[in-house]
Amino acid sequence: MDALAMGNYGPYVWSCFALAFIIVVFVEWRSRVRHHRVYRDIEVQIKALEDRQ
Amino acid sequence: MWTFFHKLASPPHFYRFAATLIPWFGIPGLILIAYGAYAGLFVASVDYQQGDAFRIIYVHVPAAYLSMMAYMMMAVGGGIGLIWRLKLAHAVGAAAAPLGAAFTFLALVTGSIWGRPMWGTWWEWGDPRLTSELILLFLYFGYMALRSSIDDTAKADKASAVLALVGVVNVVIVHFSVEWWSSLHQGQTVFKKGTMDADMRIPLFAMLIGFTLIFGAMLARRIRTEILYRERRTRWVKELVLSPEGDK
Repeated sequence: MDALAMGNYGPYVWSCFALAFIIVVFVEWRSRVRHHRVYRDIEVQIKALEDRQ
Repeated sequence: MWTFFHKLASPPHFYRFAATLIPWFGIPGLILIAYGAYAGLFVASVDYQQGDAFRIIYVHVPAAYLSMMAYMMMAVGGGIGLIWRLKLAHAVGAAAAPLGAAFTFLALVTGSIWGRPMWGTWWEWGDPRLTSELILLFLYFGYMALRSSIDDTAKADKASAVLALVGVVNVVIVHFSVEWWSSLHQGQTVFKKGTMDADMRIPLFAMLIGFTLIFGAMLARRIRTEILYRERRTRWVKELVLSPEGDK
């Protein structure tokens, strides 16, 4: 419990670490989603063109 | 050597090269962050003035450092793109901006959370370090807004590169503000001898290197997306999409 309390600075210290974790995970997740979306859009367009030809 | 760099500037080559970089940066980065966070939270001694609140530096310092590094990448990318007309350099700048904005936001919020118990205030408008870091966040927002407001990629590249180059002045101000003016923010201690004990410094370096590697992995992924979008009408992207392996 002492480790969690951090000498009464616990809420400040843990909120900073939690925020860092959330931001890094969110940015990585957004990057992956965007990449898959761009790739899928291009794939759909190219395959539609191929089918037309 | 020159052949390697020449090849690297080719979008299809860099697209594949960046894919191999992601695990090489990402996995060691995660290991270093896990070690740095553990040692910073539970092993490093308590600071004699700040108590346990000093442990916030293990996320604040890497975030603040990356906020400036990402901007410098944008500016260097913009400069190279303008001078040598290298499309890949503009793609690097465009990919670095959202990451830089995220780390600037993290640096500002963690700094504010640290300031509350240490300075007795969440924010101090008169402080040059805090204000210039906030301006840096607005520069990132401006850069991204400018890019998204121009449909023509070539024009967006040029306009945003100029903005990135002009904004470098602010990065210099962020860095030297604690030396040039009287500031609530403490001066530079990380690289000064005798200011930190080894059990505090080693986890901090692990976090700095770990965050940089994670930044590199995330940047590599975002550059791949930028390249893919910019090259969507080219033959190599068509071949990539139609190949049985796909985007592997």
